[in-house]
Amino acid sequence: MKALVAVKRVVDYNVKVRVKADGSDVDIGNVKMSMNPFDEIAVEEAVRLKEAGKVSEIVVVSLGVKQCEETLRTAMAMGADRGILVETEAPLQPLAVAKLLKAVVDKEQPQLVILGKQAIDDDANQTGQMLAALLGWPQGTFASKVVVADSKVDVTREIDGGLETVALKLPAIVTTDLRLNEPRYVKLPNIMAAKKKPLDKTTPADLGVDPAPRLTVLKVAEPAKRSAGVKVASVQELVAKLKNEAKVL
Amino acid sequence: MASYKAPLRDMQFVMHEVLEVGNTLATLPGYEDATPDVLDSVLEEAAKFSENVLFPLNRTGDEEGCHFDNGEVKTPKGFKEAYQQFIEGGWTGLDCDPQYGGQGLPKVVGFSISEMQCSANMAWAMYPGLSHGAYAAVNNHGTDEQKALYLPKLIDGTWSGTMCLTEPHCGTDLGLLRTKADPQADGSYLISGTKIFISAGEHDLTDNILHLVLARLPDAPKDVKGISLFIVPKFIPTAEGGVGARNKLACGSLEHKMGIKANATCVMNFDGAVGYLIGEPNKGMQCMFTMMNAARLGVGMQGLGLNEVSYQQALAYAKDRLQMRALAGPKFPDKPADPIIVHPDVRRMLLTMKAYAEGGRVFSTWLGLLLDIETQSQDEAEKQDASDLLALLIPVAKAFMTDNGFEATNLGLQVFGGHGYIREWGMEQFVRDARISQIYEGTNGIQALDLIGRKVLMDQATKLRKFTKIVHKFCEANGDDEQLKEFIEPVASLNKQILDITMQIGMQSMSNRDEAGAAAVDYLRLLGHLVYGYFWARMVKTAQAKADTGDAFYQAKVATARFYFAKLFPEHLSLTAKLKAGAKPLMALDSEHFALHL
Ligand SMILES: Cc1cc2nc3c(=O)[nH]c(=O)nc-3n(C[C@H](O)[C@H](O)[C@H](O)COP(=O)(O)OP(=O)(O)OC[C@H]3O[C@@H](n4cnc5c(N)ncnc54)[C@H](O)[C@@H]3O)c2cc1C
Repeated sequence: MKALVAVKRVVDYNVKVRVKADGSDVDIGNVKMSMNPFDEIAVEEAVRLKEAGKVSEIVVVSLGVKQCEETLRTAMAMGADRGILVETEAPLQPLAVAKLLKAVVDKEQPQLVILGKQAIDDDANQTGQMLAALLGWPQGTFASKVVVADSKVDVTREIDGGLETVALKLPAIVTTDLRLNEPRYVKLPNIMAAKKKPLDKTTPADLGVDPAPRLTVLKVAEPAKRSAGVKVASVQELVAKLKNEAKVL
Repeated sequence: MASYKAPLRDMQFVMHEVLEVGNTLATLPGYEDATPDVLDSVLEEAAKFSENVLFPLNRTGDEEGCHFDNGEVKTPKGFKEAYQQFIEGGWTGLDCDPQYGGQGLPKVVGFSISEMQCSANMAWAMYPGLSHGAYAAVNNHGTDEQKALYLPKLIDGTWSGTMCLTEPHCGTDLGLLRTKADPQADGSYLISGTKIFISAGEHDLTDNILHLVLARLPDAPKDVKGISLFIVPKFIPTAEGGVGARNKLACGSLEHKMGIKANATCVMNFDGAVGYLIGEPNKGMQCMFTMMNAARLGVGMQGLGLNEVSYQQALAYAKDRLQMRALAGPKFPDKPADPIIVHPDVRRMLLTMKAYAEGGRVFSTWLGLLLDIETQSQDEAEKQDASDLLALLIPVAKAFMTDNGFEATNLGLQVFGGHGYIREWGMEQFVRDARISQIYEGTNGIQALDLIGRKVLMDQATKLRKFTKIVHKFCEANGDDEQLKEFIEPVASLNKQILDITMQIGMQSMSNRDEAGAAAVDYLRLLGHLVYGYFWARMVKTAQAKADTGDAFYQAKVATARFYFAKLFPEHLSLTAKLKAGAKPLMALDSEHFALHL
């Protein structure tokens, strides 16, 4: 069974991003970039499935600028077999990504597609769901446990009330949550080996998808600075403030 | 909470933008796969391991220390697991020969990784560090059989190594060495004697420990000409390379020491232990010399690593700790006081740490690349130049980087005020750990003697001129650049002076040998500043060319360079004055008169 994993190159989780002076976007020039942490978990899960003999081939896909190649190489160093880069300079929104991934899925015909539940840059949490809709496949989002057996996959999902397990018929979409696994440290020889693994390049035009944004960003602003707190004299005062000032009650 | 992040951006700046190592490596056979993108991936993964696995064990390892029980040594909690993870990741074979299972990566990237490991956990890093020394000894001087037997185990990390030189009565002066080697009929030797201060002499990380021991054959000449090198395994290997019978050697005790408490410093007793000659009889010191450059640069990296990690903590603290107001008026009026980073003196301490770390990083990376050229280049002239520059500058790297490293950790502690003196904050550990790097692998005083005597005066400054020529060319080529002038001029001027100063010391020491000895330490620092000045000027050139990217990294580089040239580089003036004063003030006082009240 073939598994396809989508990996996104994002601003490293250690970087504190700043808003550009003109408020058009956040400034990501010259900052450290790495693989979206949820996608690392997705790759790790695929590699574990392969090690367990449930998956025979892992294809990793990234969409974006040329440097996404590095992200694909990292995924291959973790254990993916080959990479596909859908190269474009265009800004990509979740719907465009889902459409592009659908085109790749149509070609590759995987039985399982694993994605991060969200990317830590825009935190959209949409791509997996949109891809499932476009493909008409079942989805198991926010996975904290994935069990593949025969032609189905049991996905334990982290939901507000606790855990929920869904049984999906393959082919299916899984999006990963934090507790699914702990990604491995890459072994040095595998970094070298990753360099020699196949990496194919294609473009949105090749895939027949128009990735143009459908949403317009009006303005990006820093969150309001936290102002100093006040001491309240009584519970009554606190409740009153929560009601009238904070308007949370 | 203490935290460490490998300075990847600066490492990449140094490697790719300033030194363009990719261009050099591409010309060296064997390094075809070591393209810049591969080097970056390797650095990134090594960074993760150092930050997330090694660093959390640093303070706990220091608090717990090593345990000695009846000849057995246990390393602190977590050390063994981290080591296991490290060898499973294939990291021990990084720059080792692929023929024996190594990854064959360039040494230059290996040194950057050792910076990270020393920042994260110097005591831990010494275990694989010493094995690497043993690997180099066997690889350079062993027979094919010895290589086939030992190298795969050292490379996969299941066996480790040590260097056994020091004895109770001899450290610097190995000519006094007494450990004996008795030849046996089967070609092996029985080694007897006591070695002290043996790092990683005994521990629980590996299945076997290979001791590289300096000892004397029965008929050997006195002094250093009569020393041979032996490999003495803790367990004698079976023919198939397994772990065989226990050899007659044992750890007698562990030293209780100031720092690197998690690294076992052992008294090793050899009681007729079976050993095998490495290299030729009586050529043990020569064998040691071939590994010395890499080993000394390795110790320099300890100074750099601790400099960096102490800086990172001090910087975070200085932005967080609120005390007093900026002299020029409050910078953060809404807070009860300003963060201490507003105060000029705190900035002096932080910038000193920063400038020494970044200067040391580019210098050591360049030396790492020279080591690669020295071993891999096909061009004999290029090889010779690399070898000469290394001979000259390795003692500078070892002593200047560790002296600065110690100063930096001490400043880091000072930034924390009283809290720096309290163990919980971890700042005093860096000071204690840094202190040893000035002592072992040849004290810094001995490095200075080696520099001025063997490396500079012995060849009438031929090697020195090779370096000053590089500096001169750079200054010539860039001296007219208005933006660079302020950095180039001081370097060019010191570059000229240093040759005159060298000549003078040379002349004086012809009539009085003490003159060279008296000059040595100041002279080494003087050359250190010439080297750092040169590399700071080069970094500025690269950074200024990219100023219009608007990237604050480049602006910070230039500002740090200005600090270096304004506040640290001028040390050369006092050094020059001290050098002028010569040996007399040191030698005038009768040894008997040092303390007349005793
Ligand atoms: C923690 C630790 C780990 C160590 N690990 C190892 C190891 O793994 N293997 C190993 O073999 N050794 C090891 N050593 C030993 C170390 O290399 C020696 O301590 C060092 O070389 C100095 O030797 P010494 O202690 O005998 O000092 P000495 O040689 O007695 O020197 C004392 C002082 O005199 C100075 N001095 C000596 N001769 C001269 C001279 N001609 N001119 C000017 N000054 C001079 C020295 O610079 C020093 O300041 C270790 C030591 C320590 C403390």
